[in-house]
Amino acid sequence: MRKWKTIEEQIFKVISFLAAYSVIAILLFLLFVVFNKGIGALSWDTILKLPKGGYYFGGEGGILNAIIGSFYLSVGATVLAVFIGLPAALFINVQLIRMKRVQNTIRYLLDALWGIPSIVYGAFGFAVMLFFGLNASLLAGIITVALLITPILVRAFDEVLKTIPVELQEASFSLGSTRTETALKVLFKQGFAGFITALLLAFGRGIGDAASVLFTGGYTDNIPISLDEPVATLPLAIFFQLSSPIEEVRQRAYAAAVVLTIFILVISVSARLLSKRYSRNIIK
Amino acid sequence: MNRSRRLTDLIVTIWMRGGLYLLLSIPALIAIGLYWKAAPLLANHSFAELILSAKWFPMKGEFGFMPFIYSSAYVTVLSFFLSAPLCLFAAVYLTQFGKKRLLNVMLPVIDILAGIPSVVYGVWGVLVIVPAVSDYVAPFFGTSSSGYSLLAGGVVLAVMCIPYMLNMLIEVFHTIPVGMKEASLSLGATHWEMVKHVIFKKGFPGIISAFGLGIAKAFGETIAVLMVVGNTLDISVSPFSPGYPLPALIANNYGEMMSIPDYDSALMFAALLLFVIILVINLFFRYFIHKTEQS
Repeated sequence: MRKWKTIEEQIFKVISFLAAYSVIAILLFLLFVVFNKGIGALSWDTILKLPKGGYYFGGEGGILNAIIGSFYLSVGATVLAVFIGLPAALFINVQLIRMKRVQNTIRYLLDALWGIPSIVYGAFGFAVMLFFGLNASLLAGIITVALLITPILVRAFDEVLKTIPVELQEASFSLGSTRTETALKVLFKQGFAGFITALLLAFGRGIGDAASVLFTGGYTDNIPISLDEPVATLPLAIFFQLSSPIEEVRQRAYAAAVVLTIFILVISVSARLLSKRYSRNIIK
Repeated sequence: MNRSRRLTDLIVTIWMRGGLYLLLSIPALIAIGLYWKAAPLLANHSFAELILSAKWFPMKGEFGFMPFIYSSAYVTVLSFFLSAPLCLFAAVYLTQFGKKRLLNVMLPVIDILAGIPSVVYGVWGVLVIVPAVSDYVAPFFGTSSSGYSLLAGGVVLAVMCIPYMLNMLIEVFHTIPVGMKEASLSLGATHWEMVKHVIFKKGFPGIISAFGLGIAKAFGETIAVLMVVGNTLDISVSPFSPGYPLPALIANNYGEMMSIPDYDSALMFAALLLFVIILVINLFFRYFIHKTEQS
């Protein structure tokens, strides 16, 4: 009896130890493979040049169109998401502070929205495009990606805002400030670190998403100069080039995957550093 | 109070309200938008026929979604059985058995990995899993496979779900009061018995929710699966044969859908189907989490 107990303990300790380290190993292996394959294919030409003639048959050029395109698209989508999401998050935490039930229901809905796959947003964006008679363009892409990342931005920001003590708001009200002033000058300032994190989280999600821009963003070899032009994005550049039968083109897909991964890593790490930096001035 | 301050308050409040209402209406807008585009298909075919028929001949106007639903379910279930036990035990180790320092290092790493785009997982799948399946796994079982298979799709999905599920499980295990664990240990339970009887029991709703949300994520994942699953119309029991999940169907055919009547409708119907299934799963399991968070 006693013996079996300790044997069982040992067995499961080993199993869970193996599980934990194999998870770590798998994920490190993934990063290793992507970098190992891509670094060799990466060159300044790939990053700094547009696709030239015959590019998709192994000719000269690079993926600058996709890098800049992704950047335009995600910045646009993030700006739009902030425009909708920032006031919404503040509203939940200022105006609705006394209505716990409503707050919780809203959070519940937003969490559920977070789980909707991006291909559904893509299809919806396409339906909207048809409705307004738009073509696949930077604008349509921005709107679709904004819909995708706004719930993420709001929930991430809201997680921080909800930890701010009510007393702080009460103090602000008692000094005669309006709810808007309380929201913008007290809550927003207190939650600024969280806002930065939410912003970068949403931006990272936007830059990495492929399925939502597949229908709505289109693809082009040029850098878009207006909102109604199609736009190339990094994830799609990887996706399209990887399916090519030509080895040189596939090499560029690997290189593009490294570029995208580095972007995401830089965004995540800077989100952490910045949020640490800005949380120094918070009143606790 | 002076007028301009009141006016600012009014305008900003309207803006805030507008933002929130717009946000909350997104699910309804998606449902309406997709339904609007899917309606022509639903007018010509019954819902049961669309779901249950396996005949997919868009040129002849026959749209049976069964093969796609089957493939989606197949890769999702496969990925669940590959990732769920691994995540559960890894979470147990990281929160209960392992050193605190390991968890502190791992948490940000898991977070960062959860942010890696699915297309990168797809690249990894093409580079590692697909050749592994065709060169080693399939011959080992005495069959041949191109590698682009349901199995490859399941494995890539499983790896994608790991950071996501692990994160949620760690959070669930953290909500269990330390006093409860100590009480169990002080009564002479071994660590594993404590995990079995306290952590698993107390965290049960949370664990189920984490698994459920993981399944929902796997079900809707598009690009990574699309890259490795083969995209061939086929209902086959073997994991080495290719499949064609719903999201892949939508993503693959967007270019040509305008030329065949009702085809675009069919794709929008597929999107609507995905949306409804995943929203329902999400609402169901999120409800668990919200209930436990409030209590």
